[in-house]
Amino acid sequence: MRQMIIIGSGPAGYTAAIYAARAELQPLVIASAVEVGGELMNTTEVENFPGFPEGIMGPELMERMQAQAERFQAEIVYDDVASVDLTGQVKKVTLNDGSVHEALSVVVATGSAYRKLGLPDEDRLSGYGVSWCATCDGAFFRKQEIAVVGGGDSALEEANFLTRFADKVYVIHRRDSLRASKIMQTRSFANEKIEFVWNSEIAGIHGETQVESVTLRDTETGEERPLGITGLFIAIGNDPRTHLFHGQLDLTEEGTIAVKGRTSITNIPGVFAAGDVIDPTYRQAVTAAASGTVAALDAEHYLASLPEELLAPATGHVDSGSAPVAGSTVDQEGELVGEH
Amino acid sequence: MSNLKEVTDANFESEVLTSGKTVIVDFWAEWCAPCRAVGPILEQIAGENADKVEIVKLNVDDNPQTAAKYQITSIPAMKVYQGGDVVKTVIGAKPKPALESELAAFLA
Repeated sequence: MRQMIIIGSGPAGYTAAIYAARAELQPLVIASAVEVGGELMNTTEVENFPGFPEGIMGPELMERMQAQAERFQAEIVYDDVASVDLTGQVKKVTLNDGSVHEALSVVVATGSAYRKLGLPDEDRLSGYGVSWCATCDGAFFRKQEIAVVGGGDSALEEANFLTRFADKVYVIHRRDSLRASKIMQTRSFANEKIEFVWNSEIAGIHGETQVESVTLRDTETGEERPLGITGLFIAIGNDPRTHLFHGQLDLTEEGTIAVKGRTSITNIPGVFAAGDVIDPTYRQAVTAAASGTVAALDAEHYLASLPEELLAPATGHVDSGSAPVAGSTVDQEGELVGEH
Repeated sequence: MSNLKEVTDANFESEVLTSGKTVIVDFWAEWCAPCRAVGPILEQIAGENADKVEIVKLNVDDNPQTAAKYQITSIPAMKVYQGGDVVKTVIGAKPKPALESELAAFLA
């Protein structure tokens, strides 16, 4: 049995792994088979992660976080979680390959999944012009007219990226102002290939085998009009990925995993949550990383509070033998963690 | 890097379309992170089902004719060919069990 399992490999998961590994908890990171590295793997330049004044590519940032976790002996498996049983003192995590992993604590950092428009033809044309990943699919739209739906940073980053290939990129937004950062707004307004379509939502997506057009509906007048495009990139936000935990972990009204105050503590002792899966508001790489730190420290604190006999079999797996968990905690962040 | 055979615009006809076997083509590119994730999964599936299907890769940057012919607009795209026709398309990287269930008819 292990001391800690971390589910997720975005900034929250890997930062939790760095802290837990440095505390000699030898965490197991369930990194996913196809989404390893999380959302930043599908981004290009990250300009707002402190410490990288020239910017850094999303995938490279994640590779660096992974390397940093591995440097301190975090173990990483590239598989997805099939089911979890978090209720007992010993948590059980079953992977798609059938293997079952047990631990005294679990950090849930499963992030969020792309939100869909919810239109009937969206799934049918997904991969045939409808896309959620500009960096994956943008290059197939050279010299074409395409559209991005959304008004946040992700939408504008995608739109700017797509102008490398497309002749024209419409940004379709339901309101008449953007929630994106000022710098992204300024950059987008200055980009001659980008045209904003305000107060509009997508009412329909059309095309036999490929996207040929969409129907726009004016959000104020209800008036509908067609727009001929060959690609539609959807960037209208994300939903927290909580399906594995329904019936076990309490959720908030917003659908995120409920945690106590500024901590990562969920309704189940020994289960902690971090990153986008608990955050309906900020959803930045930096805030996710910080949140992962909180979860690792909360989990360390929890493990230190467990009776010795429970920890004994767990530390048997740890190379350093009887390395005291609490000792590491105090060394690093004694003030923050404090006494239990 | 990959153990799977690379096919090209030049040999797509002989390797895929007129091959007597069921051939699954993984349309991919170097810069596509989900493609890199799904590659090893396809290698496993290929290894476990070598008697039933052949899985090959086609780099869409190096082979634009074939990518255009099959209207690839999203990668990874996995297309199943039988007798020269596309009989199934799977788009996007998926975990192994999901991919296996999508391809179940050809792996049985």
